[in-house]
Amino acid sequence: MGLIQIGKKHEKDGDLGVITLSLEKAVNWARKGSLWPMTFGLACCAIEMIAAVSSRYDIDRYGAGVFRGSPRQSDVMIVAGTVCRRMAPVIRKIYDQMPEPKYVISMGSCATSGNIYDSYSVVQGVDRFVPVDIYVPGCPPTPEALFDGILKLQDQIMQKRVFTKQPEEVKPFVEKKIV
Amino acid sequence: MHPLVESIQARFPESVISVYEWRGDIAVTVTRDEVHDVCRYLRDDPSMDFDYMVHVSSVDWPDEEERFEVVWEVYSIRHRHRIRIKTRVPEHDCYVDSMTDVWRGAEFMEREVFDMMGIRFKNHPDLRRILMPDEYSEGWPLRKDFPLQGKGWRDTFDFLNDGTA
Repeated sequence: MGLIQIGKKHEKDGDLGVITLSLEKAVNWARKGSLWPMTFGLACCAIEMIAAVSSRYDIDRYGAGVFRGSPRQSDVMIVAGTVCRRMAPVIRKIYDQMPEPKYVISMGSCATSGNIYDSYSVVQGVDRFVPVDIYVPGCPPTPEALFDGILKLQDQIMQKRVFTKQPEEVKPFVEKKIV
Repeated sequence: MHPLVESIQARFPESVISVYEWRGDIAVTVTRDEVHDVCRYLRDDPSMDFDYMVHVSSVDWPDEEERFEVVWEVYSIRHRHRIRIKTRVPEHDCYVDSMTDVWRGAEFMEREVFDMMGIRFKNHPDLRRILMPDEYSEGWPLRKDFPLQGKGWRDTFDFLNDGTA
């Protein structure tokens, strides 16, 4: 991200490891390197998410391996699986309990769009009631796909302005009642 | 004919409506008024000894006069045999005797049948919805005349703070 500029030059010079950067970048760098996920495994996508944590794939390489059981300690909510309407208020409540800054990854087709489950009980996309940052396609997505989503989220985090006022969050899209 | 079916028919000649047998599967359709007695017999008779309630489900036959069918599947752990008991329920008089006093394990599964199909169970200790929320008001989702996408509940998010949902 152009952040770590402790070039070899410095080492050759025998210089101290001094880097210069804006504070904003430093904050963003710290944030992207310690994404603590909130597990929200709802279906088979959760199995791929678990595989992503295990030693073969090792999500810890991206600093996102500290899965928390509590929303109050986590930064990114990975919604992995089919979102039923009855689960929706729970997801929203947990999202509201997460401290800022917070991010949401919608993992898999079900969380993104409802997938084939066009039924009376399945919410057609988790973005109907929480704002989503990254959509990971797949049914289920492989751990590699989830990593791609996490890397994309890290790219996004590096673009964020920390010390300027951000525009207010866009309200989630809500479709009119159809009856 | 299977010996189990023969003994049931000998014991309840009036109430067995039809018998279905296919590759060791036995299904007996009995009248609604007698189904509780038949089930009690299945559990208490030593040669039957059905002690395990496997599953309760229901079927919607929208074009038939007695529209619904309730199915109990029971198994005997000692004798290792199983049987399916069916009974028909008309829509205008939509109730059937609960089997919870015979097999307690039927309680939640009968609640599920009630939740999805709207069939009421007489003498059930706690007949409430089990999968859908208590305040769900769109009807019975697994009936054939229920719209596949529901009636708007899945797209209504009344918990959102702004209240526009």
